[in-house]
Amino acid sequence: MGAAERDRAGDVAEKKESVWNLAVNIAGVELKNPVMTASGTFGSGGEYREFVDLNCLGAVVTKGVANVPWPGNPAPRIAETYGGMMNAIGLQNPGMDVFCKRDLPSLQKWLHRDFCEQNSPDGGESGHALDTTRIVVNVCGRSVEDYCEVVERLTEEPVDLLEINISCPNVKEGGIAFGQDPRAAEQITRAVKKYAKQPVIMKLSPNVTDIAEMAKAVEAGGADGVSLINTLTGMKIDIHRQTFAVANKTGGLSGPAIKPIAVRMVYEVAQAVSLPVIGMGGIATAEDALEFILAGATAVSVGTANFYSPTATAEVVDGIRDYMVRHKVKDIKELVGMVK
Amino acid sequence: MSCKRMEQAVVISQDRIAPDIFSMWLQTEEIASLAVPGQFLSLYTEDKSKLLPRPISLCEIDEEKGRLRVVYRVTGANTGTEQFSRKVAGEKIKVLGPLGNGFPLDVGRGKKVCLIGGGIGVPPLLELARQLEADLQIVMGYRDRTFLAEEFQKYGTLFVATEDGSAGTKGTVLDAIREQAVSAELIYACGPAPMLRAVKQYAETENIVCYVSMEERMACGIGACLACICQSKEVDEHSNVHNKRVCKDGPVFLSTEVEI
Repeated sequence: MGAAERDRAGDVAEKKESVWNLAVNIAGVELKNPVMTASGTFGSGGEYREFVDLNCLGAVVTKGVANVPWPGNPAPRIAETYGGMMNAIGLQNPGMDVFCKRDLPSLQKWLHRDFCEQNSPDGGESGHALDTTRIVVNVCGRSVEDYCEVVERLTEEPVDLLEINISCPNVKEGGIAFGQDPRAAEQITRAVKKYAKQPVIMKLSPNVTDIAEMAKAVEAGGADGVSLINTLTGMKIDIHRQTFAVANKTGGLSGPAIKPIAVRMVYEVAQAVSLPVIGMGGIATAEDALEFILAGATAVSVGTANFYSPTATAEVVDGIRDYMVRHKVKDIKELVGMVK
Repeated sequence: MSCKRMEQAVVISQDRIAPDIFSMWLQTEEIASLAVPGQFLSLYTEDKSKLLPRPISLCEIDEEKGRLRVVYRVTGANTGTEQFSRKVAGEKIKVLGPLGNGFPLDVGRGKKVCLIGGGIGVPPLLELARQLEADLQIVMGYRDRTFLAEEFQKYGTLFVATEDGSAGTKGTVLDAIREQAVSAELIYACGPAPMLRAVKQYAETENIVCYVSMEERMACGIGACLACICQSKEVDEHSNVHNKRVCKDGPVFLSTEVEI
């Protein structure tokens, strides 16, 4: 074995050791690494099991769930745009009953959580087994009561964090109505917190003048963290059919095209509040994810990239680890918000 | 059910078979051995500004050689399909597949079957025609120029309809069916929504079991994004609403299952 090969072998051995600590903490919940899925881009995990080991992720964030089934918007629901896409799915979901009876148990089984929790130091009491991929449930609703009903229903379920979607641009009632008015955002945060057993992450909309103000509002309401950004409201005209490219007229723009806006907003929010920030918006590679982390995100979500690169999440995890090895960063927490 | 593969397929041949229609054979590692008629591939461009894969149905499956044929329409200048059409033999193209459910074959065995294709809905019926052991009536509808029609001839009796009357019956596939008194115990159809709507209505009036292959704009192609929905008659088991996913629950549905 030559010196170079020995070095490489050493690198590999070193990489495998736990000296490279990717674990992060979001509102008291330990994630084995900072990589999550963005709500609505990963179903409840099932479709992606053929492509990635779900257990390599920090957390799986489910598609938004409401108190009752939602049919969503008419088709066409998406349109491709330059370096991105627009969607107006309209939060189609099977409702919390089917979600809790079918989707959550499946996800729990795939994540080997029964095994992990039995083997955690406290027998799974705290649900803080380090090896476990966390389950984050995204909650949507049309009224404060709707949100609270879902949150209350989830209290006894195997859910580690709640993400409250007050930022979907594609539904008329609820969603964005709470996400563009700081007072409404603060109120709904406070209401949800009353019912929630798990820590509450508020998902913020970029379709506001000052996103830091929104972050401060949900912090005042008692939020345990914030995630951002949801999609940017856009429009595309189909010049051949001479009508809107998506049936909803407007849609949420996502993908690499929006990344600089998302990084800027994560930076602004991280400066403004003391809450942990989950950053997202166009992340497709580890390099993208690291931008968000350096700008102040404790964790990151991979969204639209799942649609065109179903192995993207796992590649981001590997890429972050490689970066840490290359830059001799022992603990990822050293990188969070390093760029001021 | 783990059977999808992401591969770098190699272009074996590329032919223009009508003004905007191209036929491409691809060498795959595993996808061809897994595929069934009526399934589709997600094809990726190399243009980073075009993120989403293009869903294109399988026209022929050569399991022995591990090859797949796709026949597709170039939808305009600077489109993903135009980029595919520029690929020449030996070049690679990233594909994900096989996707979707495909046509059920057993129900058609030994029966008098009618295949109805319209426009770019014609190609996926070719492999079905090859694999179906049935008495085949084949009705193909085109706007003006026909393509692939002659390749169907060896599998059954062919009827053609063109909107401009340049070949076969002037009018739609249903005009051809009526004019030629085509009858069948079972229908498989693929084509634009207005054609499928008419075929569904015809089949249900005549009490003929009918399978339709649907199309809708997709993002993921694997059932996660919920973009490519079609309306289902009953509450769908997966969605718990009146929506089915064209990419995963379909693209082939019983006509009575869906609203078109």
